Amino acid sequence: MLLTIRSLTKTFPGTVALDDVKFDLAAGEVHALLGENGAGKSTLIKCLTGAYRPDAGEITLDGRRIAPRSTGEAQELGIGTVYQEVNLLPNLTVAQNLCFGREPRRFGMVSSRGTKAMAEEMLEGYGLDIDVSRDLGTYSVAIQQIVAIARAVALSGKVLILDEPTASLDAREVEMLFDVVRGLRDKGLGIVFVSHFLDQVFDLSDRVTVLRNGNHVVTEDIAALNRVRLIEHMLGHALEHEVEDHTTPHDGTAPEREAMLHFTDMGKRGVIESFDLDIRKGEVVGLAGLLGSGRTESAELLFGLRGATSGTARDQSGPLKLDSPRAAIGAGFGFAPEDRKTDGIVADLSVRENIALALQARRGWARAIPKAEQAKLADMYIRRLDIRTSDAEKAVGDLSGGNQQKVVLARWLAMNPRFLILDEPTRGIDVGAHAEILRLIHELTAEGMSLLVISSELDELIAVSDRVIVVRDRRHVAELTGADVSTETIVRAIAQHGEPRDGEAA
Amino acid sequence: MPPSLRRVMPQVVTLLAVCGLVTVFFPGFLEIHMSDGRLVGPVIDILKRSAPVALLATGMTLVIATRGIDLSVGTVMAICGAVAAWAIAGGMGLGAAVALALGAGLLAGLWNGTLVAVIGIQPIVATLILMTAGRGIAQLITEGRILTFTHPGFAWFGSGTLFGIPVPAVIWIVTGILVAQLMRRTALGLLVEAIGINRRASALAGVNALVLLIAVYMASGLCAALAGIITTADIRGADANNAGLWLELDAILAVVIGGNSLLGGRFSVAASLLGALIIQTIDTGILLAGFPSEYNLVIKAGLVVIILVLQSPRIATEWYFWRRSVTEGPPPVSRAKEEAR
Amino acid sequence: MNPRLYPLYATVAIFLLACLICYIQFPYMASTRVLGNLLTDNAYLGIAAVGMTIVILSGGIDLSVGSVIAFSGVFIAVLLRDTNLPTPVIFALLLAVTTGFGAAMGGLIHALAMPPFIVTLAGMFLARGAAYMLTIDSVPIDDPFYEMMRAYYLMPGKGRLTLIGVVMLLSFAVGMLIAHRTRFGASVYALGGGQNTARLMGVKVGQTTVGIYAFSGFMAGLSGIVFSVYTGSGYPLATVGTELTAIAAVVIGGTLLTGGSGYVFGTFIGVMTMGLIQTYIVFDGTLSSWWTKIVIGGLLLLFIVLQKGLLRLTTVRFGGSAA
Repeated sequence: MLLTIRSLTKTFPGTVALDDVKFDLAAGEVHALLGENGAGKSTLIKCLTGAYRPDAGEITLDGRRIAPRSTGEAQELGIGTVYQEVNLLPNLTVAQNLCFGREPRRFGMVSSRGTKAMAEEMLEGYGLDIDVSRDLGTYSVAIQQIVAIARAVALSGKVLILDEPTASLDAREVEMLFDVVRGLRDKGLGIVFVSHFLDQVFDLSDRVTVLRNGNHVVTEDIAALNRVRLIEHMLGHALEHEVEDHTTPHDGTAPEREAMLHFTDMGKRGVIESFDLDIRKGEVVGLAGLLGSGRTESAELLFGLRGATSGTARDQSGPLKLDSPRAAIGAGFGFAPEDRKTDGIVADLSVRENIALALQARRGWARAIPKAEQAKLADMYIRRLDIRTSDAEKAVGDLSGGNQQKVVLARWLAMNPRFLILDEPTRGIDVGAHAEILRLIHELTAEGMSLLVISSELDELIAVSDRVIVVRDRRHVAELTGADVSTETIVRAIAQHGEPRDGEAA
Repeated sequence: MPPSLRRVMPQVVTLLAVCGLVTVFFPGFLEIHMSDGRLVGPVIDILKRSAPVALLATGMTLVIATRGIDLSVGTVMAICGAVAAWAIAGGMGLGAAVALALGAGLLAGLWNGTLVAVIGIQPIVATLILMTAGRGIAQLITEGRILTFTHPGFAWFGSGTLFGIPVPAVIWIVTGILVAQLMRRTALGLLVEAIGINRRASALAGVNALVLLIAVYMASGLCAALAGIITTADIRGADANNAGLWLELDAILAVVIGGNSLLGGRFSVAASLLGALIIQTIDTGILLAGFPSEYNLVIKAGLVVIILVLQSPRIATEWYFWRRSVTEGPPPVSRAKEEAR
Repeated sequence: MNPRLYPLYATVAIFLLACLICYIQFPYMASTRVLGNLLTDNAYLGIAAVGMTIVILSGGIDLSVGSVIAFSGVFIAVLLRDTNLPTPVIFALLLAVTTGFGAAMGGLIHALAMPPFIVTLAGMFLARGAAYMLTIDSVPIDDPFYEMMRAYYLMPGKGRLTLIGVVMLLSFAVGMLIAHRTRFGASVYALGGGQNTARLMGVKVGQTTVGIYAFSGFMAGLSGIVFSVYTGSGYPLATVGTELTAIAAVVIGGTLLTGGSGYVFGTFIGVMTMGLIQTYIVFDGTLSSWWTKIVIGGLLLLFIVLQKGLLRLTTVRFGGSAA
């Protein structure tokens, strides 16, 4: 074993983040680390990289006990990390980023020629053909990530930790990244792969470790597992029939609904090609596609977030003007964005204020909603959505990701929109809370709300949608209804040439 | 203790402490008596002299709450004062002069707000532009001289009294109360805080961030105009070179002393006003206590450092953990570890 | 072509344009006399602006510079008047004081995690106050060493390349070296790119911050020395607002006020541009001097809008990642 962790314990005031956890990593393997939010994954990583000092337990690397106290020390010991938000400097050149801290010097001054040569040497074998003298920020995230990996490996060379590296990448870029990782594995590096994309875990890793609530649950070879068993380990109970219970029937038994909204020829030059969309009352339209295909952009157009260069919107009483979020809200729309931290919650405001915000904005600046009324509203939604918070006055930034998502949802539910857009409503939320959100969506449609749901989790998308629109390369390419709504057909529509793809593990 | 009082407690305590300190050196500090129908005394003097900074701080509080800053307020003071003086010297009536001056302040605020909200320039840079060019504009209006005039009606703004209280004091106190009430009785306070904490999320929730941002800068300009009118009226002249010089820094200091974060979000106008009073009390107190006024700046600097230490997030974290460890005892440990012992 | 250079090209282009306008209006301006005066009159500003550039590149700001310059002049003048210390020793003492002062501010900024704006604002009050405490009135400097410092080299065309002009040029050279050829300089850019990321990359944030403001303090002290040579006195009310002029020069020089991007050479061009505008107005004689302020304000606006536009053109948009 390259790296062994035994009895690792780390506590914070009020919580036990890691309780007697064990983990080991062999040289030449990719070991995935799984767990819901709050399971202890990031705490474990931080203990490894020296950001935290564990309260108990021991870490052994190459037979020697280590206790890194800083990222620098961990690096020197041989442990390198690459995070989801590329932790390099976009305003410096690729070469500067690669060689930072070890720039070759001439007469005491940094030599730019030497730096360039060193950088190019470091990038050999990674399959990148880039100009190292250009600013890092001019390259795509995927390339930046590979540069980050190159730097981490060059600096450390024994263990590489990848913390959610693929969240911002599309399928092609993910494959590029995985090729690099496989190459490093074959060279004898030990790689820890933290991810919540189960497909990718099955694709890339050799072994899997599951943490839950700070405890070690299981470590197994990936070949011995399937998705269901894996989720069972993570959740402690089976998810599948929960999803089944709530799956919308796709066998033609769906009721006929009246058309409510008509979007014609909506498009924006350079962003998304014109599409038509009709929304019926009480229906759920799913939007499927790869990252970057234009799903979020389509939704943003409908909500007035991006200036559409073409298109009109109409409802039963006449044309609708959708040139800004305020206009869209005025038309009865709502939009729960993908990135709730930057686009959703107002972190320092309380739960109550966050829930009441959109309502207040619609009412205008002059007529304040009385505090008592706001509190009543907040309490109602805290109960309905099971938002875990000690009280409604707590700052929403202090809540966990899943509960923050529920607060954003509550904000829109309070507006009682006729058309609600949800962009990745279950992203980054513990698997247990997913079922709750799906249940909620069914309740809403029963009450007559129409929804547009964007999701990368095809299972969930199929479970809630009445029909699914597939987006590919910034075009709406297919609309699937009835029996056509299945993972296989969706995946096929996303892929280019019509042959079935292995997207799922057995 | 009601939360609004608790919010300003640190500032009240500081003000009382400073007053107490000054009284030690100058026992007559707290004396007030009537003379010719006007109240007289060091405290009254402080109330009057803090008018410019207090007014600037009122507008500045709102701007800073939106995560912005307005470096141009001192300059806008000079411009508005120059406009008022020019109008009066040119024969226009009191009403016209005041209206023009206020209009100039609103215009300056509109300019700043547009640069920040529409074009998207960083507030410190956007207001730096007006701060730099504005002195030149003010000098243009006064043609480089100190424009003096006599107009008893206008002079009342600077040296008159209302029920014995100096008019400048009345103006800033009334303005402060009006603004604070406006913020809390309407939804403005919440909306301003929301866009200061997260403009994008607020806009997505339907908050009209653009208009609000422009409005706070216009409010700041309006306050600066009021301050400019008072200052010009007080010296019966518009000094484009010196009016409002560096007052924006005092205003920012007042807002910071008021416990408002420079990073935007929750704000309290009352606390900023107390901050302005603290600053002025120190200024006057030093003079009364017999120290040379040069000590003024050094003491201000020391005060800022103390406040920084108290407000520092790092210190706050240390304090928090220390308190918890004292009240709650050691955190729970797993059974395995206990058994191992 | 590295898009990072675009703002610098814009700066140079505007400078050349300004030169052209000046030359067309006043051909007499194309003389070494004007050049020499330009360098001499703006020497103190240029030196201070070098320090300011480094500070702004790191994402910070230093509002104390003007006050430190005034303090320096007063410090030197008073010590020369009241003690027998040799002038070079006084200079060394002063530089030690201003550097230490800068380092202290940097230390506070790091230790308290407070915005540099407020900490250097306190520094500004402190330095100005200290200057007042040393003397309220102007103190003339009458010293043989100073006579030496006023030396100049006579250029062809009767222009005077003064010692202080040379000091400014050297300061810029040193600044450029530090920014682009030392690890410290890379750390400065790194901090400007993102403090947390810089820390993860191994930058010693505390040390670097102290170093940055210490450097600015040193430059402010040097600028103070040069200013005292230029004016022949120490005056506590001098250089009020110089920090803002320096910031303007840095922005016009193409450096982003948010940090992480810019060139020291750009600041030099910025200082020269501002000096040129001033000279033009003096030559013209009919324009009131406050037009300088308005024009500089206009230039600032132009540059900032330009920078915004360029930023939009050159940043890659990616979903989900933090910038």
